[in-house]
Amino acid sequence: MYKYDSYDQAMVDARVEEFRDQARRRLEGSLSEDEFKPLRLMNGLYLQLHAYMLRVAIPYGTLNSEQMSVLGDIADKYDRGYGHFTTRQNLQYNWIKLEDTADILADLAKVEMHAIQTSGNCIRNISSDHFAGASHDELVDPRPYAELMRQWSSFHPEFTYLPRKFKICVIASEKDRAAMRLHDIGVQIVKNDEGEIGARFYAGGGMGRTPMIAPMIRDFVPLDQLITYAEACLRVYNRYGRRDNKYKARIKILVHELGRDEYVRQVEEEFAHMLEQGVEPPLEEIARIKPFFADPAFEDGPKQVDRSDPDFALWVDRNTHRHKHDSYVSAVISLKPVGGIPGDATGDQIRLMAKLAKQYSFDELRIMHTQNVVLPHVKIGDLHALWTQLEAADLGSPNLDTIEDMIACPGLDYCALANARSIPLAQRISERFDASGKTEKLGELKLKISGCINACGHHHAGHIGILGVDKKGLENYQLSLGGSEAEDTSLAKITGPGFTEDGVIEAVDTVTDVYLDQRTGEERFLDTYRRIGMAPFKEALYG
Amino acid sequence: MDNPLGTSPDEVQFRFRDDEVVDHAAVTVDSCCDQTNATAVRIEPGDDARLLLPFLDRLALIEVNFPAFGDGRGYSSARILREAGFTGELRAVGDVGIDQLSHMRRCGLDAFAPDNPLNEEDAARAFATWENVYQATVDGRRTIPQIRHGAEQ
Repeated sequence: MYKYDSYDQAMVDARVEEFRDQARRRLEGSLSEDEFKPLRLMNGLYLQLHAYMLRVAIPYGTLNSEQMSVLGDIADKYDRGYGHFTTRQNLQYNWIKLEDTADILADLAKVEMHAIQTSGNCIRNISSDHFAGASHDELVDPRPYAELMRQWSSFHPEFTYLPRKFKICVIASEKDRAAMRLHDIGVQIVKNDEGEIGARFYAGGGMGRTPMIAPMIRDFVPLDQLITYAEACLRVYNRYGRRDNKYKARIKILVHELGRDEYVRQVEEEFAHMLEQGVEPPLEEIARIKPFFADPAFEDGPKQVDRSDPDFALWVDRNTHRHKHDSYVSAVISLKPVGGIPGDATGDQIRLMAKLAKQYSFDELRIMHTQNVVLPHVKIGDLHALWTQLEAADLGSPNLDTIEDMIACPGLDYCALANARSIPLAQRISERFDASGKTEKLGELKLKISGCINACGHHHAGHIGILGVDKKGLENYQLSLGGSEAEDTSLAKITGPGFTEDGVIEAVDTVTDVYLDQRTGEERFLDTYRRIGMAPFKEALYG
Repeated sequence: MDNPLGTSPDEVQFRFRDDEVVDHAAVTVDSCCDQTNATAVRIEPGDDARLLLPFLDRLALIEVNFPAFGDGRGYSSARILREAGFTGELRAVGDVGIDQLSHMRRCGLDAFAPDNPLNEEDAARAFATWENVYQATVDGRRTIPQIRHGAEQ
């Protein structure tokens, strides 16, 4: 994986010092809270309901065991012993003291980590495919391109006070595991008819209160123009994105209001101009970055596991993903134990995952946007030993992509924006489906829960989505069906009137019954919904 | 002064130029396009900086107004003007704080007249925040990728 050189390290160190200085000026009173707020936000520091929350960047979701281990140590030293993995492949600490933050940032900087641009109206941490560099179905490893964009977007002088936050995703597979088209800019690395590698750009996707699927804006950008084209996309947005209303300030609204074609026309005009400006890094830079992501030394070994232990066999079936080398798999560590908080891990668990990565996965881990952890390169012959240790630490839940593998935002338990709680709902649903044994029958079913309209829990993209709202002072939950964040991206539709907390759990049960009753062949819940439409579900819910 | 627009030389707190400070009021972008003799103009966030391109030769000063520091349109305006070859003074005025200085400088602003005067020491540190930079802009600095690969700018 990527290693900082002295220049990268100096940038992060400079930022730590800058933040130390800002915190000093805040404490001395020369910075007002209003002035300090956007600065602390650009360093990932939020003020939540009960405490400060610090969000640490994990670029494109990749980290090594030393970094992971430090994340566990920080959880114990500065938080209440937990870290929370997020849908941006990042990690949040929910119980941080302002006076500790500069020291935490300094601890992070020692292992090439930081909290830069994990919030604020700037280009956020770049996300990617969690199986990048490991999966059997990718064209190339997308991470060198994501790293190139990480550097370009770090402390960008023109794009630090954008109309609103800006999220970029880079993938290189037809299979979309990163919700690419639900980003402000989605980049897919592709090969053109001449066999050259380049970038396909999508713009104007997003969730939030106005969900949109990003249209394609350019089929092919040559690699030696990648940054220049991104710069043109951002400049048009910075100049013309709405600033009169924060709820209409994302690029999706600009693309929607201008229309895709007009946005494209403006970007192309700016792009032609920018090409004259020489802003593209030398092509040698991508050549310099690539070897950091070279394959580790894979060895041939067993291609199959001993399936005599049914619990182990189930975990292998559910939680491993086909690797490009036939003696390896990518193993997913579920952070969704039954009744647990989705995405939470203790300091001890985090350090254990770090140790296991060192032992079994060439020192590398990935964070999934679905709030799980991946060991990308595990020998099939090592799976049983790995699973045994995971089981002992309550990290062996065999529930990847099942209804128990929910995304849930922190909700009203932590978040200052939330209208309703997400976590207790997630806990109760997983307990119920586990107890009834229905999880296994349902197969792949993506349930996503947001505690408010900002949609951090991706409810628009859930096969089943739940949105918590405030209804006359009471928590109320809207149910929606038919969303997808995969390559067949779609937005979920609301079933009808909302439910109480108990009611929405019943309602989830009801719609899964409709599916089990109506499915044919190998259909997933989503496929059945797409075939039969909303009516049968509505009938069962409200009829 | 009958024209309320424009900062005076004694309001300029930081300046990275050797030429004479322009000592007269600015006009709006609209007026600048209509009249032929203005030599100083002020750009508001919603103005299209490119409307000024035909007049750059006669302009000695362009003020870029930042009514609120969180509105970043002025960064694009400044950079666009420099990209078009403007060599006169580009003055940041308005809600300009310590933490915006280094980015503004990188976008080609070379004079600063903040509404509230800034602490000189903090400002000096802020201008020097980045020993090296990743992006190529209009400030002529060699970027980190260029240094890594021994490329000329």
